[in-house]
Amino acid sequence: MAKVVSIKRTLWDALYLPSIIKGLGITLRHFFVNTFTSREIETLRYGEWDLPDYKDNPAKPEGWRGKKKTRDLPDRHRGLHRLMKRPDGSARCTACMMCATVCPANCIHIEAGEREDATSRDIEKYPATFVIDELVCVVCGLCVEACPCDALRMDSQQMMKPVAHRDDAVQQKDQLMSRGATSIAVDGGAGADWRNEYARLGDARQIYRPDRSFSDDPIGYRIRNTDSK
Amino acid sequence: MLTFIIATAIKVVFFVVLFGLTLSAILTWMERRQSAMMQDRLGPVRANIGKVRLWGLLHPLADALKLVVKEDFRPPHAYRALYVLAPMLALLPALLVFAVIPFGPPVCIDQLGAALADVGGMCKPDQLHYLQIANLDIGLLFVFGIASLGVYGAVLAGWSSNNNYALLGGLRAAAQMLSYEVTMGMAVMGIFLVYGSLEPMSIVEQQSTMLDWGIVKQPLGFILFFFAAIAETKRAPFDIPEGESEIVGYFVEYSGTRFMVFYLGEFIEIVFVGTLITTLYLGGWQFPGLASDGFHSFFGFNVNWLMPHWAVVALQMGAFVTKVFIVCFFQLAIRWTLPRLRYDQLMALGWKGLLPASIFNVVLTAAVMLALQSVK
Repeated sequence: MAKVVSIKRTLWDALYLPSIIKGLGITLRHFFVNTFTSREIETLRYGEWDLPDYKDNPAKPEGWRGKKKTRDLPDRHRGLHRLMKRPDGSARCTACMMCATVCPANCIHIEAGEREDATSRDIEKYPATFVIDELVCVVCGLCVEACPCDALRMDSQQMMKPVAHRDDAVQQKDQLMSRGATSIAVDGGAGADWRNEYARLGDARQIYRPDRSFSDDPIGYRIRNTDSK
Repeated sequence: MLTFIIATAIKVVFFVVLFGLTLSAILTWMERRQSAMMQDRLGPVRANIGKVRLWGLLHPLADALKLVVKEDFRPPHAYRALYVLAPMLALLPALLVFAVIPFGPPVCIDQLGAALADVGGMCKPDQLHYLQIANLDIGLLFVFGIASLGVYGAVLAGWSSNNNYALLGGLRAAAQMLSYEVTMGMAVMGIFLVYGSLEPMSIVEQQSTMLDWGIVKQPLGFILFFFAAIAETKRAPFDIPEGESEIVGYFVEYSGTRFMVFYLGEFIEIVFVGTLITTLYLGGWQFPGLASDGFHSFFGFNVNWLMPHWAVVALQMGAFVTKVFIVCFFQLAIRWTLPRLRYDQLMALGWKGLLPASIFNVVLTAAVMLALQSVK
């Protein structure tokens, strides 16, 4: 049964003016506090420069590095894809098509090739082409979770940069591998589940962090050891 | 005649272009930045020329550049002539109404250095210039007549776009603007009664001390006028005709320069409402305590600071600009404080709340005036 609650509204309430003034008081308080001190502003300025109020902020935000003024991406940030490598430098990918199948945006296109020199113990398939259209990608990360070989990751700490031509946003295999690193998982996904291996070793990110060489990118994102917030 | 034309041209350039258009362009930035500050965000700060960033003040420039070079798209199903005409009809009234707003005291051109106790009496008539583009006796009637033409821009834009959403938006705009125009006119009746004039310059001259300001003599009228004026500019909490993110409005089919004209027109209306409220209720160009030859009393203290004519004029024009800016600031603040009214609430507030209140205000003002006269 619905219970009717009658609210007594006085003439003072019905005028609305007191409430309007009260509301204006709240918004104007925020305005003046933020205008003169900027201490309530929540905006994080990733990789940004020396705005005056940022410089004068006595509480230096996390990731403050003196003159560099870059704010770091969190370690778990999902950025550009990268293809992981085997110790011999070839791609770990076995062209099993799991990522391409699970991809909701249908942006991964793999053409499998066969290794001519494969012995019976080797993995026969490899990706002849591995193309990800970063403009179509919805950055959901399902491909990374689907990969049984720890071959595809999104932890490159790089954002997709704006491109002048759409073709430039289509990442080819060599581009994806240029950000790659060697994984500790057993080659080809054989043996123990590499996810359990990571769990056994503790914080995987501390041990298997991406190469620092590729992260030196002109926009100014840098890798840090801990999540920034 | 030639002097008149040159003087008018200078006034138009100064007041409409340098003041009105520039302030409205700044307001487009200020609205975003101010709302950001109220919501603990940063707002637009990135537009820059090289290293010059100016807290994002270059954003209006960047916006204008972007909108001007955008493709001039005209939907094929639109009614061409009216589609092109509508933005102009929306902008033109907003610019025209500046004609009768006084933005400074009468200026005596050949005695700028002297301290003039009585500008009107001590100046030769051919040297006396009013800082007002047109000194019309029917001033405020002209303002309301021209301002109500603004509804044509909205309605024609909605209709000529040949889009159902735009048409409905235009209808809402027409209904709202017509409803609140009534309240606006009635609220201003109080000012007519108090100052006995329709001429803005004379209304301002009568508000020489702060106790004579319209807001003191007509507090209820001020509130009614302020809210009706916000409804006239079609801004939150009255943004039923077009709410940026939620409600498709009458200019949904417009893009590029034509959209910019609508958008700029809206902000020019804010400036216009600011100047009108300043003129009618906040003493116009009157600087508190400043007579035409300097300060004789300064916030209650008796002083005798004589100032040259040009300094008085500059101070009073500065006072006008400051007051307009403050009113504009409050208009923006209200827009980012109050939630939008539902359509029936809007109509109920307009016809059942503000209109009776404004009629009551007129009757009350008339009764008080009559009582004061019979006491004398």
